[in-house]
Amino acid sequence: MTVGLTRSEHGSYDLDELMIIEAARHIRNGDVVMVGTGLPMVATTLAMKTHAPELVAVIESGPIDPIIMQTPISVSDPRAMHEAARLGSLREVLGCVLQRGLVDIGFIGGAQIDQFGNINSTVIGDYRSPKVRLPGSGGANDIACHARRLLIIVSHEKRRFPLKCDYVTSPGYLNGPGARQRAGLKVLTPTITVVTNLVVMETDAETGLFCVTKLMPGVDLDAVYGNTGFRPGVASTLEEVAPPSDRDLETLREEVDPDGVYVKRGKSH
Amino acid sequence: MDKLCSLREAITEEIEDGMAVAMGCTLESLIPFAAGYEIIRQKKRDLTLIAPISDIQFDQLIGAGCVRRVIASWVGNVAAGLGHNFRRAAEEGVPYPLEIEEHSNFTVALGLKAAAMGVSFLPTKTVRGSDFSRAEHFRSVTCPFGGEELLAVRSIVPDVAILHVQKSDCEGNAHVWGNLGVAHEAAFAAKKVILSSEEIVTHEHILSDPNRTIIPGFLVCRVIHEPLGSHPSPAQGYARRDDDFYFDYHDLSRSRKGTLSWLEKWVFSVKDHAGYLALLGEERLKGLKPQGDLFSPRVSFNF
Repeated sequence: MTVGLTRSEHGSYDLDELMIIEAARHIRNGDVVMVGTGLPMVATTLAMKTHAPELVAVIESGPIDPIIMQTPISVSDPRAMHEAARLGSLREVLGCVLQRGLVDIGFIGGAQIDQFGNINSTVIGDYRSPKVRLPGSGGANDIACHARRLLIIVSHEKRRFPLKCDYVTSPGYLNGPGARQRAGLKVLTPTITVVTNLVVMETDAETGLFCVTKLMPGVDLDAVYGNTGFRPGVASTLEEVAPPSDRDLETLREEVDPDGVYVKRGKSH
Repeated sequence: MDKLCSLREAITEEIEDGMAVAMGCTLESLIPFAAGYEIIRQKKRDLTLIAPISDIQFDQLIGAGCVRRVIASWVGNVAAGLGHNFRRAAEEGVPYPLEIEEHSNFTVALGLKAAAMGVSFLPTKTVRGSDFSRAEHFRSVTCPFGGEELLAVRSIVPDVAILHVQKSDCEGNAHVWGNLGVAHEAAFAAKKVILSSEEIVTHEHILSDPNRTIIPGFLVCRVIHEPLGSHPSPAQGYARRDDDFYFDYHDLSRSRKGTLSWLEKWVFSVKDHAGYLALLGEERLKGLKPQGDLFSPRVSFNF
Protein backbone atom coordinates (compact mmCIF):
# COMPACT_ATOMS: atom_id res chain seq x y z
CA MET A 1 0.00 0.00 0.00
CA THR A 2 1.28 3.43 -0.85
CA VAL A 3 0.94 5.75 2.03
CA GLY A 4 0.48 9.41 1.36
CA LEU A 5 1.58 12.44 3.16
CA THR A 6 -0.22 13.40 6.31
CA ARG A 7 -0.53 16.94 7.50
CA SER A 8 -0.75 17.86 11.11
CA GLU A 9 -0.38 20.93 13.21
CA HIS A 10 3.34 20.21 13.12
CA GLY A 11 3.53 20.40 9.38
CA SER A 12 3.88 17.46 7.06
CA TYR A 13 5.40 14.11 7.74
CA ASP A 14 4.88 10.75 6.20
CA LEU A 15 3.86 7.51 7.84
CA ASP A 16 7.28 5.94 7.31
CA GLU A 17 8.61 8.63 9.63
CA LEU A 18 5.81 8.18 12.13
CA MET A 19 6.42 4.41 12.07
CA ILE A 20 9.98 4.99 13.29
CA ILE A 21 8.88 7.57 15.85
CA GLU A 22 6.08 5.34 17.19
CA ALA A 23 8.45 2.37 17.44
CA ALA A 24 10.90 4.54 19.39
CA ARG A 25 8.13 5.38 21.88
CA HIS A 26 7.96 1.70 22.86
CA ILE A 27 11.45 1.95 24.31
CA ARG A 28 11.39 3.17 27.92
CA ASN A 29 14.12 5.26 29.47
CA GLY A 30 16.53 2.84 31.15
CA ASP A 31 15.55 -0.19 29.07
CA VAL A 32 18.27 -2.62 28.08
CA VAL A 33 17.62 -2.89 24.34
CA MET A 34 19.02 -5.64 22.12
CA VAL A 35 19.00 -3.89 18.79
CA GLY A 36 19.26 -5.21 15.22
CA THR A 37 20.43 -3.66 11.95
CA GLY A 38 18.41 -1.17 9.92
CA LEU A 39 15.22 0.49 11.13
CA PRO A 40 15.56 -0.90 14.69
CA MET A 41 18.90 0.92 14.95
CA VAL A 42 17.34 4.11 13.58
CA ALA A 43 14.43 4.06 16.03
CA THR A 44 16.68 3.16 18.97
CA THR A 45 18.99 6.05 18.14
CA LEU A 46 15.98 8.35 18.00
CA ALA A 47 14.78 7.12 21.40
CA MET A 48 18.27 7.65 22.82
CA LYS A 49 18.34 11.23 21.57
CA THR A 50 14.82 12.11 22.78
CA HIS A 51 12.89 10.49 25.64
CA ALA A 52 15.22 7.63 26.58
CA PRO A 53 18.77 8.99 27.06
CA GLU A 54 19.51 6.27 29.60
CA LEU A 55 18.63 3.30 27.45
CA VAL A 56 21.39 0.71 27.27
CA ALA A 57 21.85 -0.49 23.71
CA VAL A 58 23.33 -3.95 23.28
CA ILE A 59 24.48 -5.01 19.82
CA GLU A 60 24.96 -8.62 18.79
CA SER A 61 28.50 -8.22 17.51
CA GLY A 62 29.65 -7.28 21.03
CA PRO A 63 29.11 -3.59 21.90
CA ILE A 64 27.41 -2.80 25.21
CA ASP A 65 25.98 0.69 25.81
CA PRO A 66 27.61 2.56 22.92
CA ILE A 67 26.71 6.01 21.71
CA ILE A 68 25.33 5.42 18.26
CA MET A 69 26.74 8.12 16.02
CA GLN A 70 24.93 9.09 12.86
CA THR A 71 23.06 5.92 12.12
CA PRO A 72 25.27 3.34 10.46
CA ILE A 73 24.10 0.89 7.85
CA SER A 74 25.30 -2.18 9.72
CA VAL A 75 25.45 -2.93 13.43
CA SER A 76 29.03 -4.05 13.26
CA ASP A 77 30.40 -0.67 12.35
CA PRO A 78 32.65 1.59 14.43
CA ARG A 79 29.92 4.23 13.99
CA ALA A 80 27.76 2.06 16.28
CA MET A 81 30.46 1.52 18.89
CA HIS A 82 31.51 4.99 19.98
CA GLU A 83 32.40 5.29 23.67
CA ALA A 84 30.79 1.96 24.48
CA ALA A 85 30.85 0.82 28.09
CA ARG A 86 32.36 -2.36 26.73
CA LEU A 87 33.19 -3.89 23.38
CA GLY A 88 32.82 -7.59 23.97
CA SER A 89 32.03 -10.64 21.90
CA LEU A 90 28.94 -12.08 20.28
CA ARG A 91 28.84 -15.03 22.67
CA GLU A 92 29.08 -12.65 25.59
CA VAL A 93 26.17 -10.42 24.61
CA LEU A 94 23.90 -13.16 23.27
CA GLY A 95 24.80 -15.51 26.13
CA CYS A 96 25.64 -13.45 29.19
CA VAL A 97 23.21 -10.60 28.50
CA LEU A 98 20.37 -11.94 26.33
CA GLN A 99 20.04 -15.62 27.30
CA ARG A 100 20.90 -14.70 30.87
CA GLY A 101 17.68 -12.64 30.93
CA LEU A 102 19.12 -9.12 31.26
CA VAL A 103 17.46 -7.68 28.15
CA ASP A 104 14.21 -5.74 28.59
CA ILE A 105 13.30 -5.38 24.96
CA GLY A 106 14.52 -6.95 21.74
CA PHE A 107 14.11 -4.89 18.58
CA ILE A 108 14.28 -6.40 15.10
CA GLY A 109 12.93 -6.11 11.56
CA GLY A 110 11.18 -9.00 9.87
CA ALA A 111 10.57 -10.56 6.49
CA GLN A 112 7.34 -12.50 7.18
CA ILE A 113 5.32 -12.36 10.38
CA ASP A 114 2.30 -14.60 10.95
CA GLN A 115 -0.76 -14.38 13.20
CA PHE A 116 1.13 -15.87 16.17
CA GLY A 117 4.09 -13.51 15.82
CA ASN A 118 6.39 -16.15 14.31
CA ILE A 119 9.01 -14.66 12.01
CA ASN A 120 10.36 -16.12 8.80
CA SER A 121 13.62 -14.77 7.44
CA THR A 122 14.85 -18.05 5.93
CA VAL A 123 12.83 -19.06 2.88
CA ILE A 124 9.73 -18.27 0.82
CA GLY A 125 8.15 -21.48 -0.43
CA ASP A 126 9.34 -24.98 0.36
CA TYR A 127 12.60 -25.21 2.31
CA ARG A 128 13.99 -27.96 0.04
CA SER A 129 13.19 -26.13 -3.19
CA PRO A 130 12.88 -22.50 -2.21
CA LYS A 131 11.11 -19.88 -4.29
CA VAL A 132 13.18 -17.20 -2.57
CA ARG A 133 16.10 -18.00 -0.32
CA LEU A 134 16.30 -15.28 2.33
CA PRO A 135 19.48 -14.59 4.35
CA GLY A 136 18.52 -16.53 7.50
CA SER A 137 18.23 -15.90 11.22
CA GLY A 138 21.21 -13.75 12.05
CA GLY A 139 20.56 -12.85 15.67
CA ALA A 140 16.78 -12.63 15.23
CA ASN A 141 16.06 -16.13 16.51
CA ASP A 142 18.12 -15.57 19.64
CA ILE A 143 16.35 -12.29 20.32
CA ALA A 144 12.87 -13.73 19.71
CA CYS A 145 13.63 -16.67 22.03
CA HIS A 146 14.82 -14.56 24.94
CA ALA A 147 13.29 -11.06 24.88
CA ARG A 148 10.39 -10.55 27.26
CA ARG A 149 9.24 -7.69 25.07
CA LEU A 150 9.88 -8.06 21.37
CA LEU A 151 9.47 -5.03 19.12
CA ILE A 152 9.27 -5.56 15.36
CA ILE A 153 9.32 -2.71 12.85
CA VAL A 154 8.31 -3.50 9.31
CA SER A 155 6.72 -1.83 6.32
CA HIS A 156 3.14 -3.07 5.92
CA GLU A 157 2.61 -5.32 2.91
CA LYS A 158 0.20 -8.23 2.62
CA ARG A 159 2.92 -10.70 1.63
CA ARG A 160 4.75 -9.86 4.84
CA PHE A 161 1.79 -10.88 7.02
CA PRO A 162 0.70 -14.40 6.03
CA LEU A 163 -1.65 -16.48 8.17
CA LYS A 164 1.17 -18.96 8.67
CA CYS A 165 4.87 -18.46 7.91
CA ASP A 166 6.41 -20.75 5.29
CA TYR A 167 9.21 -21.38 7.79
CA VAL A 168 9.59 -20.45 11.45
CA THR A 169 13.01 -18.86 11.81
CA SER A 170 12.25 -17.03 15.06
CA PRO A 171 9.54 -18.19 17.43
CA GLY A 172 6.55 -16.12 18.36
CA TYR A 173 3.75 -18.10 20.00
CA LEU A 174 4.51 -20.96 17.51
CA ASN A 175 1.19 -22.76 16.92
CA GLY A 176 -0.67 -21.25 19.84
CA PRO A 177 -0.97 -20.97 23.63
CA GLY A 178 1.41 -23.22 25.57
CA ALA A 179 3.57 -23.99 22.55
CA ARG A 180 6.56 -22.00 23.74
CA GLN A 181 6.56 -23.98 26.99
CA ARG A 182 6.27 -27.28 25.13
CA ALA A 183 9.16 -26.23 22.90
CA GLY A 184 11.32 -25.63 25.98
CA LEU A 185 11.73 -21.89 25.64
CA LYS A 186 12.56 -19.82 28.70
CA VAL A 187 10.31 -16.81 28.08
CA LEU A 188 6.79 -18.20 27.88
CA THR A 189 4.54 -15.22 27.20
CA PRO A 190 6.51 -12.47 25.49
CA THR A 191 4.77 -9.27 24.51
CA ILE A 192 5.30 -9.03 20.76
CA THR A 193 4.58 -5.60 19.29
CA VAL A 194 4.61 -4.90 15.57
CA VAL A 195 4.81 -1.29 14.39
CA THR A 196 4.14 -0.68 10.70
CA ASN A 197 3.23 2.32 8.59
CA LEU A 198 -0.46 1.37 9.04
CA VAL A 199 -0.85 -0.04 12.49
CA VAL A 200 0.43 -1.11 15.88
CA MET A 201 -0.42 -4.71 16.80
CA GLU A 202 0.37 -6.58 19.98
CA THR A 203 0.08 -10.26 20.87
CA ASP A 204 -2.41 -11.34 23.50
CA ALA A 205 -0.62 -13.46 26.13
CA GLU A 206 -3.57 -15.88 26.44
CA THR A 207 -4.31 -16.59 22.79
CA GLY A 208 -0.92 -15.72 21.32
CA LEU A 209 -2.74 -13.86 18.53
CA PHE A 210 -2.25 -10.30 17.32
CA CYS A 211 -4.64 -7.53 18.29
CA VAL A 212 -4.70 -4.08 16.72
CA THR A 213 -4.00 -1.54 19.47
CA LYS A 214 -3.42 1.62 17.40
CA LEU A 215 -4.05 2.86 13.89
CA MET A 216 -1.90 5.36 12.06
CA PRO A 217 -3.61 8.70 11.35
CA GLY A 218 -5.90 8.42 8.32
CA VAL A 219 -5.79 4.60 8.31
CA ASP A 220 -8.91 2.54 9.05
CA LEU A 221 -9.33 -1.11 9.99
CA ASP A 222 -10.37 -2.05 6.45
CA ALA A 223 -6.99 -0.85 5.18
CA VAL A 224 -5.34 -3.08 7.77
CA TYR A 225 -7.51 -6.11 6.91
CA GLY A 226 -6.93 -5.56 3.19
CA ASN A 227 -3.15 -5.58 3.68
CA THR A 228 -2.87 -8.42 6.17
CA GLY A 229 -3.11 -12.14 5.44
CA PHE A 230 -4.86 -12.88 8.73
CA ARG A 231 -7.58 -11.09 10.63
CA PRO A 232 -6.11 -9.55 13.79
CA GLY A 233 -8.34 -8.84 16.78
CA VAL A 234 -9.09 -5.30 17.82
CA ALA A 235 -8.30 -3.93 21.27
CA SER A 236 -11.23 -2.43 23.17
CA THR A 237 -9.05 0.62 23.69
CA LEU A 238 -8.22 1.16 20.01
CA GLU A 239 -6.37 4.46 19.65
CA GLU A 240 -4.83 6.58 16.96
CA VAL A 241 -1.05 6.85 16.92
CA ALA A 242 -0.13 10.28 18.28
CA PRO A 243 1.34 12.61 15.65
CA PRO A 244 5.06 13.33 15.87
CA SER A 245 6.29 16.23 17.94
CA ASP A 246 8.50 18.86 16.33
CA ARG A 247 11.39 17.52 18.36
CA ASP A 248 10.83 13.96 17.14
CA LEU A 249 10.76 15.02 13.51
CA GLU A 250 13.68 17.37 13.79
CA THR A 251 15.81 14.82 15.61
CA LEU A 252 14.97 12.10 13.11
CA ARG A 253 15.57 14.26 10.05
CA GLU A 254 18.53 16.30 11.19
CA GLU A 255 20.44 14.09 13.61
CA VAL A 256 19.55 10.44 13.18
CA ASP A 257 19.16 10.09 9.42
CA PRO A 258 20.26 13.39 7.86
CA ASP A 259 21.18 11.79 4.53
CA GLY A 260 17.81 10.10 4.14
CA VAL A 261 19.36 6.65 4.02
CA TYR A 262 16.43 5.09 5.82
CA VAL A 263 13.60 7.53 5.22
CA LYS A 264 13.41 8.62 1.63
CA ARG A 265 12.87 12.35 1.37
CA GLY A 266 11.64 14.71 -1.22
CA LYS A 267 7.98 14.42 -0.41
CA SER A 268 7.66 16.29 2.80
CA HIS A 269 10.18 19.08 2.84
CA MET B 1 59.42 -17.89 14.57
CA ASP B 2 58.82 -15.48 11.72
CA LYS B 3 55.59 -16.46 9.95
CA LEU B 4 55.39 -13.53 7.55
CA CYS B 5 54.57 -14.43 3.97
CA SER B 6 52.52 -13.20 1.04
CA LEU B 7 48.80 -13.82 0.86
CA ARG B 8 49.32 -15.86 -2.30
CA GLU B 9 51.78 -18.14 -0.55
CA ALA B 10 49.54 -18.56 2.50
CA ILE B 11 46.45 -19.49 0.49
CA THR B 12 48.40 -21.75 -1.87
CA GLU B 13 50.03 -23.69 0.92
CA GLU B 14 47.41 -23.72 3.67
CA ILE B 15 44.03 -23.92 1.91
CA GLU B 16 43.13 -27.17 0.18
CA ASP B 17 39.99 -27.94 -1.77
CA GLY B 18 37.28 -29.32 0.52
CA MET B 19 38.50 -27.63 3.70
CA ALA B 20 36.27 -25.99 6.32
CA VAL B 21 37.30 -22.35 6.60
CA ALA B 22 36.08 -19.85 9.19
CA MET B 23 36.37 -16.29 7.95
CA GLY B 24 34.75 -12.97 8.72
CA CYS B 25 34.34 -13.80 12.39
CA THR B 26 33.89 -10.24 13.68
CA LEU B 27 30.59 -9.91 11.81
CA GLU B 28 30.50 -6.95 9.46
CA SER B 29 33.86 -5.47 10.39
CA LEU B 30 37.42 -6.78 9.85
CA ILE B 31 36.25 -9.24 7.20
CA PRO B 32 39.33 -10.72 5.47
CA PHE B 33 38.21 -9.74 1.97
CA ALA B 34 41.74 -9.71 0.54
CA ALA B 35 42.14 -13.36 1.59
CA GLY B 36 38.71 -14.18 0.12
CA TYR B 37 39.71 -12.64 -3.21
CA GLU B 38 42.93 -14.67 -3.24
CA ILE B 39 40.94 -17.88 -2.61
CA ILE B 40 38.76 -16.96 -5.59
CA ARG B 41 41.81 -16.13 -7.72
CA GLN B 42 43.33 -19.51 -6.93
CA LYS B 43 40.03 -21.26 -7.80
CA LYS B 44 39.77 -23.25 -4.59
CA ARG B 45 36.75 -25.59 -4.66
CA ASP B 46 34.29 -27.41 -2.37
CA LEU B 47 35.02 -25.27 0.67
CA THR B 48 32.82 -25.17 3.74
CA LEU B 49 32.55 -21.57 4.97
CA ILE B 50 31.96 -20.88 8.66
CA ALA B 51 30.87 -17.63 10.37
CA PRO B 52 27.70 -16.05 11.75
CA ILE B 53 27.48 -13.15 9.26
CA SER B 54 30.26 -12.22 6.85
CA ASP B 55 28.36 -9.62 4.86
CA ILE B 56 28.99 -10.12 1.11
CA GLN B 57 32.09 -12.27 1.49
CA PHE B 58 30.20 -15.58 1.46
CA ASP B 59 28.07 -14.39 -1.47
CA GLN B 60 31.22 -13.59 -3.45
CA LEU B 61 32.86 -16.95 -2.73
CA ILE B 62 29.62 -18.79 -3.58
CA GLY B 63 29.26 -16.86 -6.85
CA ALA B 64 32.88 -17.67 -7.70
CA GLY B 65 32.16 -21.38 -7.36
CA CYS B 66 34.44 -22.00 -4.38
CA VAL B 67 31.81 -23.23 -1.93
CA ARG B 68 29.96 -26.49 -1.34
CA ARG B 69 28.58 -25.83 2.14
CA VAL B 70 27.99 -22.91 4.52
CA ILE B 71 27.71 -23.07 8.30
CA ALA B 72 26.20 -19.67 8.99
CA SER B 73 23.27 -17.80 10.43
CA TRP B 74 22.92 -15.15 7.73
CA VAL B 75 24.18 -14.87 4.17
CA GLY B 76 23.35 -11.75 2.17
CA ASN B 77 24.30 -8.13 1.80
CA VAL B 78 23.85 -6.31 5.10
CA ALA B 79 23.27 -2.88 3.54
CA ALA B 80 21.28 -3.93 0.50
CA GLY B 81 19.42 -7.08 1.55
CA LEU B 82 19.42 -10.41 -0.23
CA GLY B 83 22.56 -12.13 -1.48
CA HIS B 84 21.97 -12.79 -5.16
CA ASN B 85 24.64 -15.48 -5.52
CA PHE B 86 23.51 -17.20 -2.32
CA ARG B 87 19.98 -17.17 -3.78
CA ARG B 88 21.03 -18.59 -7.14
CA ALA B 89 23.00 -21.38 -5.47
CA ALA B 90 20.19 -22.26 -3.03
CA GLU B 91 17.33 -21.86 -5.52
CA GLU B 92 18.85 -23.05 -8.82
CA GLY B 93 22.12 -24.79 -7.96
CA VAL B 94 24.05 -22.07 -9.86
CA PRO B 95 27.01 -22.18 -10.16
CA TYR B 96 26.87 -25.19 -7.83
CA PRO B 97 24.30 -26.59 -5.40
CA LEU B 98 24.83 -25.39 -1.85
CA GLU B 99 24.40 -27.22 1.44
CA ILE B 100 23.34 -24.95 4.27
CA GLU B 101 23.80 -25.73 7.95
CA GLU B 102 21.24 -23.31 9.46
CA HIS B 103 22.23 -21.52 12.64
CA SER B 104 21.40 -18.51 14.74
CA ASN B 105 24.25 -16.15 15.54
CA PHE B 106 24.47 -17.54 19.05
CA THR B 107 24.63 -21.19 17.97
CA VAL B 108 27.56 -20.49 15.59
CA ALA B 109 29.36 -18.94 18.56
CA LEU B 110 28.52 -21.92 20.78
CA GLY B 111 29.59 -24.47 18.15
CA LEU B 112 32.95 -22.72 17.78
CA LYS B 113 33.29 -22.29 21.55
CA ALA B 114 32.68 -26.03 22.05
CA ALA B 115 35.47 -26.81 19.58
CA ALA B 116 37.65 -24.15 21.20
CA MET B 117 37.24 -25.88 24.59
CA GLY B 118 37.62 -29.38 23.20
CA VAL B 119 34.09 -30.60 23.98
CA SER B 120 31.62 -32.10 21.51
CA PHE B 121 28.71 -29.76 22.22
CA LEU B 122 27.44 -26.91 24.36
CA PRO B 123 23.90 -26.53 25.70
CA THR B 124 21.63 -23.53 25.22
CA LYS B 125 18.01 -22.42 25.44
CA THR B 126 18.07 -20.61 22.10
CA VAL B 127 16.64 -21.85 18.74
CA ARG B 128 14.18 -24.24 20.45
CA GLY B 129 10.80 -24.29 18.73
CA SER B 130 12.10 -22.97 15.41
CA ASP B 131 11.98 -25.04 12.21
CA PHE B 132 15.75 -25.38 12.10
CA SER B 133 15.94 -26.73 15.68
CA ARG B 134 15.32 -30.18 14.15
CA ALA B 135 18.48 -30.08 12.02
CA GLU B 136 21.09 -32.76 12.59
CA HIS B 137 23.63 -30.44 14.20
CA PHE B 138 21.22 -29.81 17.06
CA ARG B 139 19.84 -32.31 19.60
CA SER B 140 17.49 -31.98 22.50
CA VAL B 141 19.23 -32.89 25.76
CA THR B 142 17.95 -33.10 29.31
CA CYS B 143 19.81 -31.29 32.04
CA PRO B 144 21.28 -34.02 34.26
CA PHE B 145 20.84 -31.83 37.35
CA GLY B 146 17.37 -30.28 37.06
CA GLY B 147 15.67 -32.08 34.18
CA GLU B 148 15.33 -28.98 31.99
CA GLU B 149 15.22 -29.54 28.23
CA LEU B 150 18.10 -27.84 26.42
CA LEU B 151 19.40 -27.64 22.88
CA ALA B 152 22.80 -29.23 22.33
CA VAL B 153 24.85 -27.45 19.65
CA ARG B 154 27.38 -29.70 17.94
CA SER B 155 30.95 -28.41 17.94
CA ILE B 156 32.15 -26.66 14.79
CA VAL B 157 35.79 -27.39 13.96
CA PRO B 158 37.31 -25.26 11.18
CA ASP B 159 40.36 -26.64 9.40
CA VAL B 160 41.51 -23.04 9.10
CA ALA B 161 40.39 -19.70 10.51
CA ILE B 162 41.35 -16.64 8.47
CA LEU B 163 41.14 -13.45 10.52
CA HIS B 164 41.94 -9.85 9.70
CA VAL B 165 43.45 -7.95 12.63
CA GLN B 166 44.75 -4.46 13.31
CA LYS B 167 48.19 -5.31 14.68
CA SER B 168 50.27 -8.44 14.71
CA ASP B 169 53.90 -9.24 15.35
CA CYS B 170 55.69 -11.55 12.93
CA GLU B 171 54.80 -14.55 15.12
CA GLY B 172 51.07 -13.91 14.96
CA ASN B 173 50.45 -12.46 18.41
CA ALA B 174 47.63 -10.13 17.46
CA HIS B 175 45.89 -7.11 18.89
CA VAL B 176 42.26 -6.72 17.91
CA TRP B 177 39.90 -4.02 19.09
CA GLY B 178 36.39 -2.93 18.29
CA ASN B 179 33.61 -5.50 18.46
CA LEU B 180 35.04 -8.99 18.66
CA GLY B 181 32.24 -11.15 17.23
CA VAL B 182 33.42 -14.76 17.37
CA ALA B 183 37.06 -14.08 16.45
CA HIS B 184 38.44 -15.46 19.71
CA GLU B 185 36.29 -18.60 19.54
CA ALA B 186 37.21 -19.19 15.89
CA ALA B 187 40.95 -18.80 16.54
CA PHE B 188 40.89 -21.36 19.35
CA ALA B 189 38.50 -23.72 17.52
CA ALA B 190 40.46 -23.94 14.28
CA LYS B 191 43.23 -26.43 13.58
CA LYS B 192 45.31 -23.54 12.23
CA VAL B 193 45.00 -19.77 11.93
CA ILE B 194 46.01 -17.39 9.15
CA LEU B 195 46.18 -13.69 9.98
CA SER B 196 46.15 -10.73 7.66
CA SER B 197 47.09 -7.57 9.50
CA GLU B 198 46.85 -3.82 8.98
CA GLU B 199 50.20 -3.35 10.66
CA ILE B 200 53.14 -5.54 11.60
CA VAL B 201 54.59 -4.34 14.90
CA THR B 202 57.36 -5.55 17.17
CA HIS B 203 56.99 -8.41 19.58
CA GLU B 204 57.63 -5.95 22.46
CA HIS B 205 54.80 -3.71 21.27
CA ILE B 206 52.30 -6.58 21.52
CA LEU B 207 53.68 -7.82 24.86
CA SER B 208 53.31 -4.36 26.40
CA ASP B 209 49.50 -4.63 26.20
CA PRO B 210 48.61 -8.33 26.55
CA ASN B 211 44.92 -7.84 27.44
CA ARG B 212 44.44 -6.56 23.91
CA THR B 213 45.98 -9.72 22.45
CA ILE B 214 42.93 -11.66 21.27
CA ILE B 215 44.94 -14.25 19.34
CA PRO B 216 48.16 -15.65 20.81
CA GLY B 217 50.79 -16.43 18.20
CA PHE B 218 51.22 -20.11 19.00
CA LEU B 219 47.86 -20.74 17.29
CA VAL B 220 48.92 -18.98 14.12
CA CYS B 221 50.67 -20.54 11.11
CA ARG B 222 50.87 -17.56 8.71
CA VAL B 223 50.99 -13.78 9.07
CA ILE B 224 50.38 -11.48 6.12
CA HIS B 225 50.94 -7.73 6.13
CA GLU B 226 47.90 -6.56 4.20
CA PRO B 227 46.89 -2.93 4.82
CA LEU B 228 43.22 -2.33 3.98
CA GLY B 229 42.88 -6.10 3.71
CA SER B 230 39.34 -5.86 5.05
CA HIS B 231 38.09 -3.41 2.42
CA PRO B 232 35.14 -2.75 1.98
CA SER B 233 34.47 -3.67 5.63
CA PRO B 234 35.66 -1.32 8.36
CA ALA B 235 38.81 -1.75 10.47
CA GLN B 236 38.49 0.44 13.54
CA GLY B 237 41.27 3.02 13.60
CA TYR B 238 42.32 2.28 10.00
CA ALA B 239 39.41 2.32 7.57
CA ARG B 240 35.75 3.20 7.42
CA ARG B 241 33.14 1.04 5.80
CA ASP B 242 32.92 1.66 2.04
CA ASP B 243 29.11 1.62 1.86
CA ASP B 244 28.91 2.31 -1.89
CA PHE B 245 31.00 -0.74 -2.69
CA TYR B 246 28.30 -2.98 -1.21
CA PHE B 247 25.51 -1.29 -3.15
CA ASP B 248 27.47 -1.52 -6.42
CA TYR B 249 28.14 -5.20 -5.78
CA HIS B 250 24.46 -5.72 -5.07
CA ASP B 251 23.41 -4.14 -8.37
CA LEU B 252 25.93 -6.02 -10.48
CA SER B 253 25.56 -9.39 -8.79
CA ARG B 254 21.82 -9.40 -9.55
CA SER B 255 22.62 -11.46 -12.67
CA ARG B 256 25.07 -14.31 -13.14
CA LYS B 257 26.66 -12.37 -15.96
CA GLY B 258 27.04 -9.28 -13.76
CA THR B 259 28.65 -11.39 -11.05
CA LEU B 260 31.19 -12.76 -13.50
CA SER B 261 32.05 -9.28 -14.73
CA TRP B 262 32.35 -8.06 -11.13
CA LEU B 263 34.74 -10.92 -10.34
CA GLU B 264 36.71 -10.27 -13.52
CA LYS B 265 37.15 -6.60 -12.67
CA TRP B 266 37.90 -6.76 -8.95
CA VAL B 267 39.57 -10.18 -8.57
CA PHE B 268 40.85 -11.81 -11.75
CA SER B 269 42.11 -8.72 -13.57
CA VAL B 270 44.37 -7.73 -10.67
CA LYS B 271 47.21 -9.87 -9.49
CA ASP B 272 47.03 -9.13 -5.80
CA HIS B 273 45.52 -6.85 -3.17
CA ALA B 274 47.84 -3.99 -4.07
CA GLY B 275 46.37 -4.15 -7.56
CA TYR B 276 42.85 -4.10 -6.13
CA LEU B 277 43.65 -1.02 -4.04
CA ALA B 278 45.15 0.70 -7.08
CA LEU B 279 41.89 0.01 -8.91
CA LEU B 280 39.95 1.64 -6.08
CA GLY B 281 42.14 4.70 -6.47
CA GLU B 282 43.84 7.01 -4.02
CA GLU B 283 40.98 9.45 -3.81
CA ARG B 284 38.49 6.81 -2.69
CA LEU B 285 40.91 5.28 -0.19
CA LYS B 286 41.63 8.70 1.26
CA GLY B 287 37.92 9.20 1.89
CA LEU B 288 37.81 5.97 3.88
CA LYS B 289 40.57 6.95 6.27
CA PRO B 290 39.39 8.05 9.74
CA GLN B 291 40.10 11.73 10.29
CA GLY B 292 42.44 12.16 13.24
CA ASP B 293 42.95 9.78 16.13
CA LEU B 294 40.98 8.77 19.21
CA PHE B 295 43.60 7.15 21.41
CA SER B 296 42.90 5.12 24.52
CA PRO B 297 45.02 5.95 27.58
CA ARG B 298 48.06 3.82 28.31
CA VAL B 299 47.93 1.61 31.39
CA SER B 300 50.74 0.44 33.63
CA PHE B 301 51.49 -3.27 33.86
CA ASN B 302 54.23 -2.70 36.44
CA PHE B 303 54.40 -4.90 39.54
